[in-house]
Amino acid sequence: MNFMSKKSFRYINSSAPKIDALAKARGNAKYTDDLEFDRMLYGKLLRSTLAHGRIKKIDVSKARALRGVRAILTGTDLPIRYGILPVSQDELALALGKVRYIGEPVAAVAATSEETAFEALKLIRVEYEPIDPVLSIKDALKSVQSVHDEGNLHKAVSLEFGQTQSTGADYSREDLFYYEGNTHLALEEHSAVALWQKGRLTLHSSSQTPFLLRKILAKALEIPETSVRVKVAAVGGGFGGKLDPFAHEICAAKIAMITGRPVKFTLTREEVFYCHRGRHPAVMWIKTDWKKDGRLLDMHFKAALDGGAYGSFGVVCVYYQGALQPVTYKIPHYRFESARYFTNKPPCGPKRGHGTPQPRFALEVHLDKVAEELGQDPVALRLKNLMTPDSVTVNQLKVTSCGLNACIEKVAEVSGFRRKHGRLPPGKGVGFALGSYLCGAAVPIYWNDEPHTTVRITAGRKSGLTVYCGATDIGQGCDMVVASVVAEILGISIHRLRLVMADTDTTPPDLGSYSSRVTLMAGNAAKDAAEKFKSQVLAIAGKKETSFERTLQSALRKKNRIESSGSYKPPAKLGRFKGSGVGPSPAYSFSACVAEVTCDVETGEVGVSKITFAHDIGRAINRLAVEGQIEGGIAMALGEAFFEEQVYDERGLHRKPSILDYKIPTMEDMPELEIFLVETGDPAGPFGAKEVGQGPLLPVIPAIANAIYDAVGVRIDETPFTPEKILLALERKAMARAPRVGPDKFPDIVFPEPFAVRPVSAVQASC
Amino acid sequence: MRDGSAIVVLNFQVNGRKRRLKTYVWRTLLEILREDLHLTGTKHGCETGECGACTVILNGKNVYSCLVLAPQLAGTKITTIEGMPAKHPLIEAFVGSAAIQCGYCTPGMIMAAKSYLDETDAGKQTKAREIKHALSGNLCRCASYSKIASAVQAACRRKQKNR
Repeated sequence: MNFMSKKSFRYINSSAPKIDALAKARGNAKYTDDLEFDRMLYGKLLRSTLAHGRIKKIDVSKARALRGVRAILTGTDLPIRYGILPVSQDELALALGKVRYIGEPVAAVAATSEETAFEALKLIRVEYEPIDPVLSIKDALKSVQSVHDEGNLHKAVSLEFGQTQSTGADYSREDLFYYEGNTHLALEEHSAVALWQKGRLTLHSSSQTPFLLRKILAKALEIPETSVRVKVAAVGGGFGGKLDPFAHEICAAKIAMITGRPVKFTLTREEVFYCHRGRHPAVMWIKTDWKKDGRLLDMHFKAALDGGAYGSFGVVCVYYQGALQPVTYKIPHYRFESARYFTNKPPCGPKRGHGTPQPRFALEVHLDKVAEELGQDPVALRLKNLMTPDSVTVNQLKVTSCGLNACIEKVAEVSGFRRKHGRLPPGKGVGFALGSYLCGAAVPIYWNDEPHTTVRITAGRKSGLTVYCGATDIGQGCDMVVASVVAEILGISIHRLRLVMADTDTTPPDLGSYSSRVTLMAGNAAKDAAEKFKSQVLAIAGKKETSFERTLQSALRKKNRIESSGSYKPPAKLGRFKGSGVGPSPAYSFSACVAEVTCDVETGEVGVSKITFAHDIGRAINRLAVEGQIEGGIAMALGEAFFEEQVYDERGLHRKPSILDYKIPTMEDMPELEIFLVETGDPAGPFGAKEVGQGPLLPVIPAIANAIYDAVGVRIDETPFTPEKILLALERKAMARAPRVGPDKFPDIVFPEPFAVRPVSAVQASC
Repeated sequence: MRDGSAIVVLNFQVNGRKRRLKTYVWRTLLEILREDLHLTGTKHGCETGECGACTVILNGKNVYSCLVLAPQLAGTKITTIEGMPAKHPLIEAFVGSAAIQCGYCTPGMIMAAKSYLDETDAGKQTKAREIKHALSGNLCRCASYSKIASAVQAACRRKQKNR
């Protein structure tokens, strides 16, 4: 299918401004905390000051007596456990019996002013009986104390694919890596406003998943799902941090139900650090076997994840540690083992790249080391083992379009990588790495047979043209994707459309803004709905007028109301084994990155002077929005590479719960960026489009690590690449020791026996 | 804390409009703008002077409104995002250059850029480095940084043309 030869478009592939841009630029866009209601109460959460302990007593009497306090909740008021995954229903809005991390909500207060609510928190007395905290995988393995009754191991998997080839290997290598935990830090702090009217709950929340949140609110509050409406206002960034249901959302709802008054909870920046759900710290081990000509025969990958106190998306993350390596490279025999442990720290969860930036870092740095030992150029080594279009991977994922080759050629050529690698003056270096990501999970979180998303279009004589879509714009621009697709198909101005988005009462269901699913899935549903709408309008009008607008008017004279609905459901996955639900996607995005760095051997400081980046986007629905997402991914990667770390002291107290201490890149930290879009036109994507929200973060971190090695000859096998680590590695190098900083041992985990997955049949693979 | 001495009566101007307000001394300009004057275009991302989302212009200078206390407001002139005309070169440039993703940092970013633009001599050639420095106190986690910088540069060029 050739999408590129189509006639030129008005909106698709254009650089039109996003439809919400003007309202945002003028300060008119309403975010959740901007919402105000009459008689609104202000809610605050009391959080645990102990990482691990039994709650002996909570005395709220003084707080309750404070003037202006309207409600106080403790764990007994909300005893139903919930969680984002059906397999991990281990959370409570307010701790009951036990606290498991510093910052865990213990009580909630609502008062007539925010100040009074804060004062009331100070009057609540909680008596704890401390328990030794479990603060690392090492602690978790000792199992003296258990975070949960079921023990500290949350999930362990062991899978094997393909036929072993190692007997013919000429060379093999193993490496250890550590990836530090870090957090999303969306600029908008989480906020929720609950209203209880006529026996129904409305929750306005800065959520990425209104439909899942509705389900969980109903469960936790013990009310029917039909009695809950979740509505999402403008969201000030998500990056995965607003996917889980949160205590403040449930408490706001509960207090609204009790008092009958609107209740707002807006978290402080410090609290957002405790909510977390960010990147899992991971220790990783990788071993590969090779032919001396650079053909990869075998890969074995192990990961140990420090999960924090609750399940969150952890089980999925365990699988993602191993799911996408075979999407980038052809691996004849692949084995992966991964485990997640509970610890007494804020729960880890999904952050941009969800469980794949850690293994991507390990894999791409490992390949750089292999290339050097095999005496090969790092680009050439990858080209020999590269994924090709229309393939089935060893772990049974179906790859459709794949522009990796074009991405590689572009960045290698433009950056002069081959000319520069190994040849720059001391202190300067270039590094190369690849990445791939899915365009939406093919399997829903709660299994059902329904479409993953539906878009509805209506037109009436007086009501204009309205598009209803449940997808949530968190800044990634999905409103613009949906509007662009509809306007393009109908051949009308984008400003003619009224969009109603992310409201569980009025918009058809959408699974949420996660797994980079929205452009492909909501885009396809919008296309389907618009095509149906167009043909209906034509059929009713009887003949085509000079413009669609005129045809629509003529149709509306014959029929009051015209309505269409389009939906999208991904193709069935190929794999039939346990765990095969993580990884399948209708399409995969690919990217290549070259980083150029300068390293100061006196101070250990590294400056990134340039990033050359190519991303296989399939087709850009909006070129500027795609570039924005790529730049955002690169910037977040720079933060993870150099300074971001969610770390705790020996009591389990977050060391830097403020933006002052938790550094993220500023405008002055940004290197020169040269970005190329590779447009492969994927048959599964709307107009050929694929994802861009998460993939571009992946190759940047290993490309920087490889560039540091090229510059000063030391390997920093753990993030972040701080000056201290670089100086330590340089010191080791000077003393003729291994010029490296990184873990030297994989935790003593006994993984289950590997489950050898039977190959998919040729019939299955071709359907 | 809640005695009369902790209360201050303020006369100041916001977006050209005279305001008279009775409030507690410990309240911040950010709180006054958002809660008392219902000007929610000014955002908060930390309330401790770290992120820049609450940037407004006070007597011609960009300030973090979360760090300005009520007593400091007496007699001042404040401009917030709501005081910017729709056709202001910065607003148009931010929209046209795709400098906005989630939009949460945008009002603060535009106010910081306005302060830079107003202070920059119209005849002067603006340097990318200067713009980066002027806006480095405003964080954008979506990292639309290069597009924000282009937008500011475009607005600077328009200012020079209209000189």
